Amino acid sequence: MSRVRVLVGTRKGAFVLESDGKRQNWDVSGPHFGGWEIYHLKGSPADQNRLYASQSSGWFGQLIQRSDDGGKTWQPVGNKFAYDGVPGTHQWYDGTPHPWEFKRVWHLEPSLTDPDTVFAGVEDAALFKTTDGGQTWSELPGLRGHGSGPHWQPGAGGLCLHTILIDPSNATRMFVAISAAGAFRTVDGGTTWQPINRGLRSQGIPNEEAEVGHCVHRIAMHRSKPDVLFMQKHWDVMRSDNGGDSWTEVSGNLPTDFGFPIDVHAHEPETIYVVPIKSDSEHYPPDGKLRVYRSRTGGNEWEALTNGLPQRDCYVNVLRDAMSVDSLDSCGIYFGTSGGQVYGSADAGNTWSAIVRDLPPVVSVEAQTLKG
Amino acid sequence: MIRVMLPAHLRNLASVDGEVLVPVEGPVTQRTVIDALEACYPMLAGTIRDHVTQKRRPFVRFFACGQDLSHEPLDALLPEEVSGGREPYLIVGAMAGG
Repeated sequence: MSRVRVLVGTRKGAFVLESDGKRQNWDVSGPHFGGWEIYHLKGSPADQNRLYASQSSGWFGQLIQRSDDGGKTWQPVGNKFAYDGVPGTHQWYDGTPHPWEFKRVWHLEPSLTDPDTVFAGVEDAALFKTTDGGQTWSELPGLRGHGSGPHWQPGAGGLCLHTILIDPSNATRMFVAISAAGAFRTVDGGTTWQPINRGLRSQGIPNEEAEVGHCVHRIAMHRSKPDVLFMQKHWDVMRSDNGGDSWTEVSGNLPTDFGFPIDVHAHEPETIYVVPIKSDSEHYPPDGKLRVYRSRTGGNEWEALTNGLPQRDCYVNVLRDAMSVDSLDSCGIYFGTSGGQVYGSADAGNTWSAIVRDLPPVVSVEAQTLKG
Repeated sequence: MIRVMLPAHLRNLASVDGEVLVPVEGPVTQRTVIDALEACYPMLAGTIRDHVTQKRRPFVRFFACGQDLSHEPLDALLPEEVSGGREPYLIVGAMAGG
């Protein structure tokens, strides 16, 4: 029988939540790495017990942890993220050149087929890769070096590469997103890259339709339709039907189109989820009501999912990596909040309940569907 | 052998309790002690000094014999009490956070 494991990264440690396929009763383990920020954990699609975690602190820098037994035990692996060659500069907030400086790993994306191969998205924005299970990491320098890198500027959260999508039908095609540079695509395994931001419009930058400079918060894809991408931008929910060549807005009837996460139903490629947030300065849900919005039409037409979620006096945020779906027959969906709750739904969002309520602020949530 | 006291988070990372003893050949300086520490406990590499710049992390401090050595040259000799094993070299996580 299938089981579900939900990997939760928080400001003060990692937690592992496990349940059977009913997803009603959960075992909670943790905190792992108590006191450390865990920006992201993710399991290998090729080996469900191989997990990777990004562990960092303002005192002691970056660590990468690896588990080979589904999170019961962990071993530190390589933590040297050195930019390729002379790193050069990007733009600082005031527009002046600023040296590229490694700060932390925001996102770990294991290969779809090899447990030892993982991509890491880091701040200051760059993409790294390991092929030896995390022991050593090398930059894929073509991303920063494709031409616009010196013009990238950090968003309020830093100049971070936070999203990595691998095309399931062609592993040499990948998509990444950087705040506040935009989305980029490679078709040669990461050697060369091109910006894919046509159709994005961002008020507050000098050229609203610039090739780069957009604060993309998250991109999502369904594995059966890798040419269809969904994006939660700083403001605006967008979709592309041509692998990012162009984007159209699908915010439709959302109460606000600011937000961070976006995800796709495991079995319905046109069913997508967002969590509207009031504004870029008011990082909480409108009207004090925590609502996930679902579109079954790939955008534009949205319905509020509220059953089991607080509908008064709720002022939490949901960060970009803090939503995930499982792939059981009835798709489960999970998200974590800045208030330390992890909510789960075993029926594609129709009803919700809190799996845990009082964790440290949640940074990331990743669901694994376990066999056996 | 040089006695080194690590902050709690790094003791957990290195799976050690209390002080650790590290062998240093030649001059006993902050650099040679930290080099020896990282050789004995490779998982600590990058946590005390930045991997690339080799500079002390801003919220890590170095103490010995009641003195703050954080801003002393890394290649200066440590006090004889440390090189003789009578006093530990302290690596401290700075108080920070308000």
